[in-house]
Amino acid sequence: MTPRRAPASTGIPGWVLVVAALGALFVLLPVVAMVTRVDWTHFVALITSPSSVDALLLSLRTSVAATAGCLVLGIPMAVVLARVPFRGRGLVRAIVLLPLVLPPVVGGIALLALYGRRGLLDGALPIAFSTPAVVIAQTFVALPFLVLSLEGALRTTGQRYEAVAATLGARPSAVLFRVTLPLVTPAIVSGSILSFARALGEFGATLTFAGSLQGTTRTLPLEIYLQRETDPDTAVALSLVLIAVAIAVVAVAHGAGEPLRRRPRPGTAPRGASRPAAGATP
Amino acid sequence: MRTRTGVVASMLAAVALAVAGCSAGAGTGTDTPTQTPTKHAVTGTVTVFAAASLTKTFTQLGADFEKANPGSTVSFSFGGSSDLVTQLGAGAPADVFASADQKNMDKAVSAGVVSGEPVDFATNVLAIAVPPGNPAHVTGWKDLAKPDLKVVVCAPQVPCGAATATVESKTGVTLKPVSQESAVTDVLGKVSSGEADAGIVYATDVKGAGKSVDSVPFPEAKDVVNTYPIAEIKQGQNFTGGAAFIAYVTGPAGRKALEAAGFGKP
Repeated sequence: MTPRRAPASTGIPGWVLVVAALGALFVLLPVVAMVTRVDWTHFVALITSPSSVDALLLSLRTSVAATAGCLVLGIPMAVVLARVPFRGRGLVRAIVLLPLVLPPVVGGIALLALYGRRGLLDGALPIAFSTPAVVIAQTFVALPFLVLSLEGALRTTGQRYEAVAATLGARPSAVLFRVTLPLVTPAIVSGSILSFARALGEFGATLTFAGSLQGTTRTLPLEIYLQRETDPDTAVALSLVLIAVAIAVVAVAHGAGEPLRRRPRPGTAPRGASRPAAGATP
Repeated sequence: MRTRTGVVASMLAAVALAVAGCSAGAGTGTDTPTQTPTKHAVTGTVTVFAAASLTKTFTQLGADFEKANPGSTVSFSFGGSSDLVTQLGAGAPADVFASADQKNMDKAVSAGVVSGEPVDFATNVLAIAVPPGNPAHVTGWKDLAKPDLKVVVCAPQVPCGAATATVESKTGVTLKPVSQESAVTDVLGKVSSGEADAGIVYATDVKGAGKSVDSVPFPEAKDVVNTYPIAEIKQGQNFTGGAAFIAYVTGPAGRKALEAAGFGKP
């Protein structure tokens, strides 16, 4: 893709390209530097130790569960925020986005204040030091990513097709499942990826809220943090695994989402118009 | 102008009073300048890398040191000992390093960043922290092996966890912790919030936590003592200042402050 794009034809000033390149390096170089630190001779041994494998599997399990939780809670939230006009919507949206701007540790403290033994729920949900606590922490921090990307997409697609479907006699649920959501599938996919990635990287809230026990609550970021104390080589190796998993997830999902993404993204009415109609018919 | 001079004068007076109060409180009975154990006047900034568990004590000691050595400033970086060693190894500018355990000081020595011989200046033993009022009625160390008790400890990779493991093997009591935290402060947090029934932390942590945690007798911990060494750092900028600060910490003023925080004699 990149070589085809000639800078001259973009009409973008050259200095913007330079700064953009610097920005890319700013992100890429630390990762490259970390890769140079990897102890390749022991790499496999380091990442296949029981504690590493437990941490990786736990991270994948909990992140998938958290992403599912984000979809279940986040899709209705995004639909309401995008489609239902009500007083205080701006405030509600700000509250929904709160976990995005809160330091994760604060999120952990807040979760503890609600679900904790001495929390508001008076320990009704005995989840402290358990895997569900990890999933709750991850869902809490990842939810805004899904809501945010989906709400934006719902707003840009507009309500024309929904209105048409409704006039043709479709019930609200049918409109939602056969028109509204198919129209924003790319946003659901990308929102899920973001949520998954955020859940995978969750550290602060988990540490504060769920604890750290191998196989139960010690996810990969917590394992990396702990290993760094005594065994920086393992910490670096596991960091690379985390990066690899993140890249793989993004690549797979991007590949899967690409054909979908092509359709409504250009934003122009004719292209976006023909597709959703086709998507809604089956 | 006049008012400003007045304000400055009263501020100076207040500072003087505070200094007087502090040196009286320090109880050495001598005037501030004579407390300085060094021959030369200490000036400039002394940068101290110290273990997180020393935060409260060293912050106070640093303020006292600045008063005892006018013209000097003590700048602290507190963190996990192993983190600090990593930073020192990477060339972080520090004059003094105070470690929470022997192991990390050894690491610093073998990394070649320490100048001279480290000096032990404090010791710390483990303690059993329980939420205020001891809701689970924990009676002591052996009690912690009860399966229904939620016990939180440090992971064996960090000093407090290693010490906990040593007590376990010495006493033959095996804990089934619900969480093995990376830092002693995380253990303390789980206890003070009431999530855990008991946590193994340091005696100084219990003392520093005040009313937010209680403790139960833990005589088994007496044999497992954690020693805190302090040393000058080669790449330091203020050699005189560093030496003076170490002398201050190991001297009577330091001894008193450390004891007040619950640290034992080296």
